[in-house]
Amino acid sequence: MRHKRVMKMSTREAINGYCCFSPGLIGLIVFMAGPILYSLYLSFTNYNIYQAPRWIGLANYRIMLTEDPLFWKSMLNTLYYVALSVPLNTVAGVLLAVLMNQSVRGIRLFRTLYFLPSVVSGVAVALLWQWVLDPNFGLINTFLARLGIEGPGWLTDEHWSKFSLVLMNLWAVGGSMIIYLAGLQGVPRSLYEAATVDGAGMLRKFVSITIPMLTPTIFFNVIMGVLSGFQVFLQAYIMTGGGPNNSTMFFAYYLYNKAFKDMQFGYASAMAWVLLFITLACTLIILRSGSRWVYYEGENPN
Amino acid sequence: MRYTVNTVWITLLSVIGALLSSSFIAYAFAKLKWPGRNIWFVVLLGTMMLPPQVTMIPLFLFFKQLGWIDTYLPLTVPYFFGSAFYIFLMRQFFMTIPKELSEAAKIDGSTEFYIWWRIFIPLSKPALATLAIFTFMMAWNDFLGPLIYLNDPDQFTLALGLRSFQQQYGTRWNVMMAASLIVMLPTLVMFFSFQKYFIEGVTLTGVKG
Repeated sequence: MRHKRVMKMSTREAINGYCCFSPGLIGLIVFMAGPILYSLYLSFTNYNIYQAPRWIGLANYRIMLTEDPLFWKSMLNTLYYVALSVPLNTVAGVLLAVLMNQSVRGIRLFRTLYFLPSVVSGVAVALLWQWVLDPNFGLINTFLARLGIEGPGWLTDEHWSKFSLVLMNLWAVGGSMIIYLAGLQGVPRSLYEAATVDGAGMLRKFVSITIPMLTPTIFFNVIMGVLSGFQVFLQAYIMTGGGPNNSTMFFAYYLYNKAFKDMQFGYASAMAWVLLFITLACTLIILRSGSRWVYYEGENPN
Repeated sequence: MRYTVNTVWITLLSVIGALLSSSFIAYAFAKLKWPGRNIWFVVLLGTMMLPPQVTMIPLFLFFKQLGWIDTYLPLTVPYFFGSAFYIFLMRQFFMTIPKELSEAAKIDGSTEFYIWWRIFIPLSKPALATLAIFTFMMAWNDFLGPLIYLNDPDQFTLALGLRSFQQQYGTRWNVMMAASLIVMLPTLVMFFSFQKYFIEGVTLTGVKG
């Protein structure tokens, strides 16, 4: 009798659980699983929306890898962007967080000021930067001209354009700074005190305590940074249009063009799957590398 | 002006949708035991890794079939079915609410819905505020979504409006900067009024994630 009642309770809870989860389940099926499968199917077809999808097997992938130089260019551009902006943001974020972790009067104000830019984003910021980087009227080059230096065409010179966008991305470093700051505040004071007793200097403490204790946070931020780095789109779309000479044609932008400008939905779907595998591979490599350099408290390193 | 009204509507609906659905689903993950719960949770988290480009094209075709192009529906309806990141955030918060509270209510004969609505929601105001702010920022600044789904200038959001403004006024930087500032203003006001929740939200996801 008693046993039966208990059973009933847990069955009831299971039913309730599925009821509560049901919107999520519907969402997963309709907005995730369904589209994923359909996208995979489309990637093997030729589809321009006006005619029904035509099955062409692996042709999209073959064309992409052997006959489409822009595919490779956009992929390399994106890899360049990720490879440069993720480390740069990590170093800047950590250093800034250490700086903001000092107890100086008015530090709260500085934290707010550095965090602020990461909050505003989107088209407005892209436009703002387009003006700052304008070769003739822009803030930076006007300033350089005053000093008698002729500034580069930040966005109009193909050797500078990608790098300019990487630099511009640093504008939002406050977001990761805040996360590192929270990580820093979780480092036990006693570690630093013990190091002081042992006669360790500032640099030594930073290298041997701060960095190891921050590695879990760095790890998280690097993964998020890589994932979002592969999505870079807006800056190119608003500021450069992919130019000059396709030097800022990023993968996500090229994919968008293929789908919504050229109406090649099959080809664009195939590109999306390539992107999926590349991000997956990068994430796995980072995750695998984690055990070598990420330090988790409570684990014995030996 | 018209752009502002459109953007406010889309943002408002998105925030309401995200708050209701994500907290409701999170309740199932945090406080109820049901078979398959852990597997579904992993699946849900896995979707965060998925590049949005994979689902972008099929979703566009799907919404086009439904005749939803040039409406707010493609931009708001998905929020009502929860998104992984917000569900995760709410679940983490719900886990900290003591079990005794919901058990006491259950003994009194309350339904799960009642417990969620009358106990968990009122207790989670800080987390809900964080979530609302995140959704606000996402929806307000979203560019790619409106770009794909809205073609009719009457339906444009501010982000899209700014883009067409750019095409129109090109290098008249003074005009452009004024327009940009107006678009940024609400997010700045939000930031200064709810700074605490911004910072808490970001650190919660970063350190515990």
